[in-house]
This record gives sequence, structure tokens and C-alpha cells, in this order.
Amino acid sequence: MVPLIGAVAADYIVFWVLAPISVGAALGMLFARNAVHSALLLIVNFFCLAVFFLVLGSPFLFAVQIIVYAGAIMVLFLFVIMLLGVTREESLVERLKGQRVLATLLGLGLIAEVALAVRYGVGISTHAAPGFDAVNRGGNVQSLARVLFNSYFFPFEVTSILLIVAAVAAMVMAGRRAPDIEQAAAAEDERAKREPEPVS
Amino acid sequence: MRTPISYFLILSGVLFTIGTVGVLVRRNALVIFMSVELQLNAVNLTLVAFSRQFKELDGQVLAFFSMVVAAAEVVVGLAIIVALFNRRRSANVDDANLLKW
Repeated sequence: MVPLIGAVAADYIVFWVLAPISVGAALGMLFARNAVHSALLLIVNFFCLAVFFLVLGSPFLFAVQIIVYAGAIMVLFLFVIMLLGVTREESLVERLKGQRVLATLLGLGLIAEVALAVRYGVGISTHAAPGFDAVNRGGNVQSLARVLFNSYFFPFEVTSILLIVAAVAAMVMAGRRAPDIEQAAAAEDERAKREPEPVS
Repeated sequence: MRTPISYFLILSGVLFTIGTVGVLVRRNALVIFMSVELQLNAVNLTLVAFSRQFKELDGQVLAFFSMVVAAAEVVVGLAIIVALFNRRRSANVDDANLLKW
């Protein structure tokens, strides 16, 4: 039952408007032929999820979702798509027979499984405990920082190492190699090209 | 909040499944990567929903960490895809079978 429109029902309306949009955008991403369309639909989906974060009482993650995901990560994706070229068509040959059908069936099974787990674990109509504002006392960012820098300080520091390693790895991976290694790799490519491809 | 928490959990399960099917079905390495991002985001939604349910902020902190890991993963993964493309002139995952037994 949809209650009367008011401050209380706002999140209900937001959910039922944005949930179909997010699922539709995700399905569109799955079926889009063009990689750019996939990326744009994924951005729509990320915006929907950002609004869900807001509804669930996390304005900080709302902002981070839009800035980091919709802003940085998807721009990186589009940049790489541009670098690789968008015109190439994806081949529709199935290397494993029946892979698509099996994947769809297993996906439906996974949805059913999640629904059952939610049904028996949480309960379909369980409402969140009231008084979440008390948790966010003094602002969501402040409370989050309090938790992050008290209980999760070590993981936070490890995260910084992870980011440095990732940056170095990206530089090593995408950068030009030394000339002699480049030559060896080119020779290796030549040899692989001359030998007949083994039939798999 | 009128919306039951379970709605968010089931929505997140549906999004995760779409991402999983995308990883299994698509052949373009970039789209596979986008599907992985979708999966990570679905899990984030679960974490935030449970954080709301149990009135603890740990779920939100965990979602934050998962975003950081996702960012690092995208950087390395896209670098690998670009390197692979430079060598093979293709972003199709079926073409990368050098390590195949």
C-alpha cells in the first residue's frame, strides 16, 4: 500500500521510481552492442544507487559515489574506450556451447536464492529500526570519520599502500618498456605469428 | 523510512546478478569490467542498507573501502586492457588465450 504523499512516504516513492530505472539501466548495459552506450547506461545506474545511498542515510557516500564512480571511474572507462576505438563490433560467436543460456538460468537461480535468503534472514517487510539520526549525530561525515579513524585506522593506512601500488602498476603496465625488452617482445610476437595457432 | 530494508537487498541482489551474467556472457573486456563495477556497486548498496538496518556505521565504512578498492582495480585493469590491446589489437577476451592449457 502506498501511503499518502508526504514526508514519510518520500523514500517509498523514490525507491519505486529509481529501482526500475536502475535495473533497466543495468539490463541496457548488459544488452548494448556499443561499449559507449554500456558506459553511459552504467552512469545512470550509478546515479540511481547514489540516490539510494542518500535515502539510506549516507550523504557522504552519495557524494563519493557521484564524484568517484560517475565522475572519475566512468570517465576513465570512456577514455579507454576512446583510446581503443568504438567502431569494432563484438563477435557473437559462442566459444562454449550453451554458455549464454546457462548463464541466464544460473542468474535467475541466483536471484531466487538471494530473495529466499532475504526472506528467511531479514524478512520481507522488516522496517529499519528508527532513530538512525542518533547514529549520524553531528553530521554523517563527522560520525563516519570517527568510526574510520578509530576502529578502522589500520585498514585505512593499508588502503593508502594499495593506492600507491595500483598507481605504480598502472604506470608500469601502460608505459613504454625499455628498447631491448621491446625488441624481445616483438620477436616473440613474430614467432607466435609464424607458428600455426593450436586448435583448441 | 517506509521502505523495508529487504527491498534494497533484493534490488541489490538483482543488480549483482545482472553484473554476474554480464561477466559470463559478454566478450568485450571493457564491458566485462563494467559488469564487475556493477557487482561492486550492488554489494555497496547491501552494505549501506545493512548499516541502516543495524544502526551501525561500519557498513558505510566498508562501502567506502570497497569504493577505494574498486578505483584501484579499475586503474590496474584498464592498464592491462590497454597493454593487451597494444599487443593483440583486440579487446576481445577470447583472443587472449596465451596462457590457455
